Amino acid sequence: MKNRLKKLLVLLVLPMCVFVTQPVLAKDSFKVAWTIYVGWMPWDYANNAGIVKKWADKYGIEIEVTQINDYVESINQYTAGGFDACVMTNMDALTIPAASGVDSTALIVGDFSNGNDAVILKNKKSLKDIKGQKVNLVELSVSHYLLARGLESAGMSEKDIKVVNTSDADMVAVYGTKDVSAVTTWNPLVSEIMSMPGSNKVFDSSQIPGEIIDLMVVNTKTLKNNPKLGKALTGAWYEIMSVMSGKDKKATDAKIAMGKASGTDLKGYNSQLASTKMFYKAADAVAFTKSKALKSTMAKVAKFSFDHGILGDGAPNASFIGIETPSGIFGDKKNVKLRFNSSFMQMAADGKL
Amino acid sequence: MKRIINRYPDRTLSVLLGALPFVLVLITYIMASNARLEENAHDKLLPSVSSMTTAVDKLAMQPSKRSGEYLFWLDTSSSLTRLGMGIGIAAIIGLVFGIINGSIPYVRANLSPFITAISLVPPLAVLPILFIVFGLGELSKVVLIAIGITPFIIRDMQTNVMELPAEQMIKAQTLGASSWLIIIRVVLPQVLPRLIGALRLSLGAAWLFLIAAEAIASTDGLGYRIFLVRRYLAMDIILPYVIWITFLSFFTDYLLKILSERLFPWFHATGK
Repeated sequence: MKNRLKKLLVLLVLPMCVFVTQPVLAKDSFKVAWTIYVGWMPWDYANNAGIVKKWADKYGIEIEVTQINDYVESINQYTAGGFDACVMTNMDALTIPAASGVDSTALIVGDFSNGNDAVILKNKKSLKDIKGQKVNLVELSVSHYLLARGLESAGMSEKDIKVVNTSDADMVAVYGTKDVSAVTTWNPLVSEIMSMPGSNKVFDSSQIPGEIIDLMVVNTKTLKNNPKLGKALTGAWYEIMSVMSGKDKKATDAKIAMGKASGTDLKGYNSQLASTKMFYKAADAVAFTKSKALKSTMAKVAKFSFDHGILGDGAPNASFIGIETPSGIFGDKKNVKLRFNSSFMQMAADGKL
Repeated sequence: MKRIINRYPDRTLSVLLGALPFVLVLITYIMASNARLEENAHDKLLPSVSSMTTAVDKLAMQPSKRSGEYLFWLDTSSSLTRLGMGIGIAAIIGLVFGIINGSIPYVRANLSPFITAISLVPPLAVLPILFIVFGLGELSKVVLIAIGITPFIIRDMQTNVMELPAEQMIKAQTLGASSWLIIIRVVLPQVLPRLIGALRLSLGAAWLFLIAAEAIASTDGLGYRIFLVRRYLAMDIILPYVIWITFLSFFTDYLLKILSERLFPWFHATGK
């Protein structure tokens, strides 16, 4: 009988161990998640071309790079502790892991959207015409942020429109229906929608340059205990950047591979790159990270997130979560949960990796 | 010694045994949640019971800051309206076509293969077409539910009609009943309780289609809220919503069962 009870207890306790996060101490194998987006395709290429493995070997660690099909799910998995690092935008880094109390570090500032996200109207030519319309977008995403900034620039606010939450997977199909007259979304959906008759881009992220930033985010504790992970990832990233920014066949081959993996071709991929400000040189990324503008951008993002209730229930104001940037901390210094760290990119810029 | 298959628990023990799995799941959850929260007080994956209560209180008892509406009840009423309309339409179409298909061989030969084929098309895979045809408003959500479960109901009704004893039909004809009279007086009353049975079985699928529809393009609804707050991992809202949905479908199922027992006592008396 006692034996049975023990077995029962073991059966009960075992599944719980899965839920409980493992302690983050020095270790030598790491899991990195990525999702399809123009600025993150280099991770896929780096993984397939063995560049990640080469750098991991150099630092004597193992890095497993996994593609996740659903962007939000990948961040949720990272936040829950399933991954050590994950690609995401600055806003999602603040509202998902940081707001969940998972101290996260932006290790690599890869690019910012310079036209990749856009507000599109059907048969109307100016942003002012959006007034009173229903706007289909993925609510609480960077699209929502872009729209709010656009409305602000035209002297309007979200009260002047009605937001309809729409899955990004169905955005193109939805745009084809007569009920939909305005959308806000990102590439490659933007170029798909712009190719339909009557579509006009009335506002895009090139009008708020440097505010929608694509990052490689690492768990701060893991990074602190394992600087090797940061070095290997940064080293691998800037090796691909130098390949991509070249003018030779190697660069073209790399871009063809990335285009194919993201469901388009070289031409399509190049056109998406054109509306993305890639930091090919580590020094540029360092300069961007150290600039004062980053801090004020994060302040705007924090305010937007607080206004929409996505900083968490416990947040009394927009500065509840501290955001550390090289030019200073925004918000609560005692509750810093998101850190922009330029030291690893600096090492790459100095050729010290 | 009595064989195990012949031993019955008494009433109290039955209730206790039935509750046991629920209690075990609850205890496991609370322990796992505590363990995670101890490590990170802001963990959102397995929120504490108290933070879930706060979240529900905020959504159900206090008007939303942005629109002044009680979001929880707004979501519930929109979802139930869509579900009710979808199931209602499916029931009517299913009943009519099921009976005609089952009773008239010419119609059956004509429609049955087509309906069988349609019932095998996964509706979610042809969503873009549904959007273009039915637009993006309430209609397309109701249509998705209806399309999702109608073919099943038609096929089930058809089978039920065809399983009615041939002797009954012969007897009715000997007494001079026309086709119409047989359908109305012999077939219809007998398949109505079976229609309720089929509806009860389709409830799960109907909820599935409802939530899928609300996830795609919507401004309210239980599925909408779940997919929206998923963006910031608000499990303190998602878990109570999931429990609420489970309760609602359980309750709907129970209501249908009671309805069937009240309306058709003869059907349940035979124990069939």
